[in-house]
Amino acid sequence: MAEYKLNTPLRDEDIERLEAGDVVFLTGIIYSARDAAHKKLVELLDAGKALPFKLEGSAIYYVGPSPAPPGRPIGSAGPTTSYRMDTYAPRLHSLGMKASIGKGKRSGEVKAAMREYKGVYFGATGGAGALLSNSIVESAVIAFEELGPEAVREMKVKDFPLLVINDCHGGELYVKPRLDTAD
Amino acid sequence: MREIQGKDVIEAVAGMCVRGNTELPADVRSKLERAMAGEDSPSAVEVLRQLLENADLAHDTKLPLCQDCGLAVLFVEVGDDCRVVGGNLRDLINDGVRKGYAEGYLRKSACDPLTRANTGDGTPAIIHFDLVPGDKLKIAYMAKGGGAENMSRVTMLAPAQGWEGIKKFVVERVAEAGPNPCPPTIIGVGIGGTFEHAAKIAKRGLLRKLDDVHPDPKVAAMEKELEEDLNALGIGPMGLGGKTTVLGVKITLEPCHLASLPLAVNVQCHSQRHEEVEL
Repeated sequence: MAEYKLNTPLRDEDIERLEAGDVVFLTGIIYSARDAAHKKLVELLDAGKALPFKLEGSAIYYVGPSPAPPGRPIGSAGPTTSYRMDTYAPRLHSLGMKASIGKGKRSGEVKAAMREYKGVYFGATGGAGALLSNSIVESAVIAFEELGPEAVREMKVKDFPLLVINDCHGGELYVKPRLDTAD
Repeated sequence: MREIQGKDVIEAVAGMCVRGNTELPADVRSKLERAMAGEDSPSAVEVLRQLLENADLAHDTKLPLCQDCGLAVLFVEVGDDCRVVGGNLRDLINDGVRKGYAEGYLRKSACDPLTRANTGDGTPAIIHFDLVPGDKLKIAYMAKGGGAENMSRVTMLAPAQGWEGIKKFVVERVAEAGPNPCPPTIIGVGIGGTFEHAAKIAKRGLLRKLDDVHPDPKVAAMEKELEEDLNALGIGPMGLGGKTTVLGVKITLEPCHLASLPLAVNVQCHSQRHEEVEL
């Protein structure tokens, strides 16, 4: 297992060298989007309209942060469960999204899309929202403000600690539960 | 009849929402520390270390432990010798939730189930009332996050399936949930009652201290057996493998219809945030 420092936008060669289990410290711009925002992004695509940010090389963080208290750029900001975005992720990968950041299992379709379009799925520690917020140095809502916690934010991150869960070579880090040992 | 002031209810609930979301309960912390000491896998140790660091940071900064500050779930025991003055008790509790979620910079996650429009203030809370003897008002608050709640299930087993059927269902549910609900989890199991009651007692069991022992030795043994089976799954912290898949199992057993065996599994994440006050 290797450790990498990567910057956004992510390139194919960044993704190709990553393997499940690698640790990545990500620096640059990432975008927040979760359930309701994804629905709206896909509606924009269906209508042939421009998205509020450039998908090419992008990393989308599945997060709905708590409100920023005075003096901090953002509130608590840990990952939400990713499977709810599985419906949308393959299409976004096909249009240039390179990475998604969340927690929990992904569908076969998302894994296939990561192989086909050179994408990666990063895990961040669920429930460590206060800790993870320390890596977010700036944050601004750039679309769908009406969604409140689910709005799309442009966030500047510095050395955001991530773990490669699914790589573009078919590797996966999550263990298979040992159902045979329990009766 | 003892009178309890409405404004005291509002303050008590607001305070619980803020403290509950920013302070990891001592029993959860000590269980996480013990789990970390017992893990061999570096990733399991690292995840648990991050969770403890996160709890310290939340304490110091007053940031919520988790960005998902949950739907506010309240279990309220109303003594039949007291009455609340200065407002309707349900409204007062919702006022307290509204105040706590606003003042604590907590995420408001209540929304319309179909339009998904956010109600904007964290209400309505889910409130379970119970009438008990005495002149006290006891309110327990739980911040129930969506990620873990989504992994919960209710089922109606056939009576013949018994304890073996119950264990099988719970183990398979936790295995299927895998990394999704932020393991190590705490598993509330409701056995008996009716369809809706099983779910309620499964959740109420999560209010117990993690390290308590069920007063009925038979149920205590069942909790231990299930906890061992679940930890044998090897899912581990965040699903990365390890010995700690669950921090505890809390079983609540109540009588049911002779034709039924209702079973509910309420999955709770490691961030077991809850508080209680007595007025």
